[in-house]
Amino acid sequence: MTTSTGEAVQFWVLAIVAVLGALGTVTMRKAVHSALCLAGTMIVLAVFYLAQGAYFLGIVQIVVYTGAVMMLFLFVVMLVGITAADSLKETIRGQRVATVVTGVGFGVLLIAGLANAHLSAFTGLGAANSGGNVEGLAALIFTKYVWAFEITGALLITAAIGAMVLTHRERTERAATQREMAEQRVRSGVQLPPLPAPGVYARHNAVDIPGLLPDGTPSELTVNATLRSRGQVRDLSGEPLTRVRELEDGADDYLDQDRPVRRDTSAANGSSEGAAQ
Amino acid sequence: MDHLIGALVGAPLLGAAVLLLGGRRLDRIGHWVGTLLAAVSFALGVALFADMLSKDTGRRTFTSHLFTWVPVDSFRADVGFQLDQLSMTFVLLITGVGTLIHIYSIGYMAHDERRRRFFGYLNLFLAAMLLLVLANNYLLLYVGWEGVGLASYLLIGFWQHKPSAATAAKKAFIVNRVGDVGLSIAIMLLFTTFNSFSFSPVFGAVRDASGGRLTAIGLLLLLAACGKSAQVPLQSWLGDAMEGPTPVSALIHAATMVTAGVYLVTRSGAIFNASATAQLAVCVVGAVTLIFGAIVGCAKDDIKKALAGSTMSQIGYMMLAAGLGPVGYVFAIMHLVTHGFFKAGLFLGAGSVMHGMNDEVDMRKFGGLRGYMPVTFITFGLGYLAIIGFPGLSGFWTKDKIIEAAFAKGGGEGWVLGVVALIGAGVTAFYMTRVMLMTFFGEKRWQPDAQGHQPHPHESPKSMTVPMIILAFGSVFAGGLFSLNSSFLHWLEPVTGYSEGHSPLTAWQVSVATFVVLVVGAGLAWQQYGRKPVPAVAPRGSVLTRAARRDLLQDDFNHVVLVRGGEHLTRTLVHLDHSLVDGAVNGTAAGVGGVSARLRKVQNGFVRSYAVSMLGGAAVLVAATLLMRGI
Amino acid sequence: MNPVYYLYLAALLFTIGAAGVLVRKNAIIVFMCVELMLNACNLAFVTFSRLHGNLDGQIIAFFTMVVAAAEVVVGLAIIVTFFRSRHSASVDDADLMKL
Repeated sequence: MTTSTGEAVQFWVLAIVAVLGALGTVTMRKAVHSALCLAGTMIVLAVFYLAQGAYFLGIVQIVVYTGAVMMLFLFVVMLVGITAADSLKETIRGQRVATVVTGVGFGVLLIAGLANAHLSAFTGLGAANSGGNVEGLAALIFTKYVWAFEITGALLITAAIGAMVLTHRERTERAATQREMAEQRVRSGVQLPPLPAPGVYARHNAVDIPGLLPDGTPSELTVNATLRSRGQVRDLSGEPLTRVRELEDGADDYLDQDRPVRRDTSAANGSSEGAAQ
Repeated sequence: MDHLIGALVGAPLLGAAVLLLGGRRLDRIGHWVGTLLAAVSFALGVALFADMLSKDTGRRTFTSHLFTWVPVDSFRADVGFQLDQLSMTFVLLITGVGTLIHIYSIGYMAHDERRRRFFGYLNLFLAAMLLLVLANNYLLLYVGWEGVGLASYLLIGFWQHKPSAATAAKKAFIVNRVGDVGLSIAIMLLFTTFNSFSFSPVFGAVRDASGGRLTAIGLLLLLAACGKSAQVPLQSWLGDAMEGPTPVSALIHAATMVTAGVYLVTRSGAIFNASATAQLAVCVVGAVTLIFGAIVGCAKDDIKKALAGSTMSQIGYMMLAAGLGPVGYVFAIMHLVTHGFFKAGLFLGAGSVMHGMNDEVDMRKFGGLRGYMPVTFITFGLGYLAIIGFPGLSGFWTKDKIIEAAFAKGGGEGWVLGVVALIGAGVTAFYMTRVMLMTFFGEKRWQPDAQGHQPHPHESPKSMTVPMIILAFGSVFAGGLFSLNSSFLHWLEPVTGYSEGHSPLTAWQVSVATFVVLVVGAGLAWQQYGRKPVPAVAPRGSVLTRAARRDLLQDDFNHVVLVRGGEHLTRTLVHLDHSLVDGAVNGTAAGVGGVSARLRKVQNGFVRSYAVSMLGGAAVLVAATLLMRGI
Repeated sequence: MNPVYYLYLAALLFTIGAAGVLVRKNAIIVFMCVELMLNACNLAFVTFSRLHGNLDGQIIAFFTMVVAAAEVVVGLAIIVTFFRSRHSASVDDADLMKL
């Protein structure tokens, strides 16, 4: 006895999708991508459930798993965000090799065992589903498996309470008042007034050029923290300053010329190469 | 009967308990209590003896069962008594001589602060010795055997403030242990072989046992006897045991305890009769010891040590006789009894001399004492004549019989043993004459003692002389009395058995030969010590003399072979312990530690590493399941 | 086609999920891989149900889903708590039991 050709075609196509989804789940660098791959695989599995006569489970798979559980995953991914844990670089020595060896060994053993079981004949669910799949399941759940059902209900409640207990944070001390917070700030000695503006030299008016302190040294505080961390601070102290002095010395020539704008623009573009020319 | 025997053993035991537990308040009457209880015991012994005499010869053995101690499966340790002619003889000897020595000790120990304790120990000894000879099984005999060993230890070391006494006590105890181990193993073998400890079942079943077993038991019993009776090779303790008070030497180390080995061999006669090898071993040990002790006795200047050598030698005679089997048992015991009289008498005489000479023991510092202490001289002289076997006195009757029995063993062995015994008789005459001459005759060689007191020899008090006189009577007449109508032979025969033997020499020939040898020995001694003045400082002497002064180098032998060997063995064992045992233990520990240190790295704290082992385990489970299903 | 191929697929998915648990460090992805393994089991149960012609296998799969849901709830709560205290979602950082 075999299944229909249509189901076979569907299996081979969707099985490939399912395996690809599974591999994607494992190999994707970002958790969101993994979650999406997993969702794909789950939907394929839902289709397989439906194809095999497990209509109720197929629907539950889509609604509960793909719908609710995966959404929960995505929420947690959002909460946690991108971390160093997303790196695919292995840190434990021998872990990859051990994984491959045990994984292949386990899989080969499992599949070999299945192959040796000679499961050529199958009964099919025609008779079992004759009264309707949902009704059949319901009859079993509320008779034979009623105790297991009750206990899983208790388990779910326990899990829900457990999740609340785990994530709940109790405030153990009084919230600080605004005055206390202000005093705290003053006491910690951070910069209270606004930071000084960059590019205090009008001729080099740009956010990536630090302002100069009275002794001529640049002040890091004047540049945006993001630019600082990216290393995109343009330092015009030192050699560029001599260039500026030359410019000032030649101010008369400059004032005599008719076309001051062009030189201004090249200086404003501001690369040190340009300044050196 | 039960009660009488119980009282016989119990009286001195009670005395020991009262005296040792009673404390100082008994100091003033302690010696009387001890002596009284010993006398009570003797009186009971005499009563039992009279009762036994009134019975027919065949019905004289009395066995009683008091109680069973720890019955476990087939193991039954009974406490019971056996009173037969052999035990009776010993009971009379022990309590009789014991009582006399108690009386003697009253005078001898008069100035000792710990006299009460001394009498307590003496009573303890009597009780243990009586238990030894009255036991009806080997286990109870062993209790008595150890009891006399303990009493001997306590009494040798009685003057424990003297290091030499303490050492001698330890030496006696330790050497005796060697023999006791033999006895305990022999008893275990007896039980595994015969499934019983009691004498009668064991002796009844001897015929069914294998020869090898019996020989082993016999040799182990001989080892025990060697330890207790100071026979070669376990003889070394007896000379040092003379550190104890003289009454102790007389009672324990001359008359009674040291003869326990002879008793053991005679009592176990059925076993020895069944093993010719064991019998021959007993004979050889006896013959070697009788010559050994005699030679040592010739060289010692310490009067007590000379007598100790003599004791060794005389017990050698007894062992020789006991080893001859039924031919000799009776004479072994007969000589034992007469020896008990004259040797005790000699020791008491020696004690009396020491008493008068500021406790001096060196015979070279005696001389010419016969006029100063006549009673001691006469009793000592009678003991002397008895021990050398002067015709008519006790020793003559008994020693001749042993020499005769040795010849009667027949064949080459008989001749060798007989000639050795004969030579021993000559040497005995030599050394005893030497003791006699050096002590009572010749020049006065008295010297002041360490405190500078000049000795004033005087006769000892009545409490000391009376026992000596009584013992002298025994020395003179006991042998003749025993030999009259062969009365002792008929008395003891039902217990030990007797066979005539086929002596190649007649009794007359042996007697004449013995007398000739004795005259020669005594004459040689007179030649050396009677005619010439005795030097006050011992001359260097020949190699043999020097060796004999050192107890024929036995202590050196023990030191080199046993002590050094033991030290080497110990060192080797310690080394082995350190390298092998400790190595194995420490190696195991280090191995476990090393493996753990490496395995610990598996516990790296990473969940994913643990997950790998989980998956591996799951794979193994799948594999196991598949294998179990027979794929 | 024989439904046994579903079983092969289930075994394959299970093994891939297991390997994912072993190699990934992000606790959330590890969790997803566990879900993948559970789903592979469910597929096997449903297939067995079909092979045997009764609904018990589907019931077991249903219970598996319920338990998985409970597990996800608690597990994600643990991850959130862990992230709050250690500022990391890496399972390798949960190593306080190490010597």
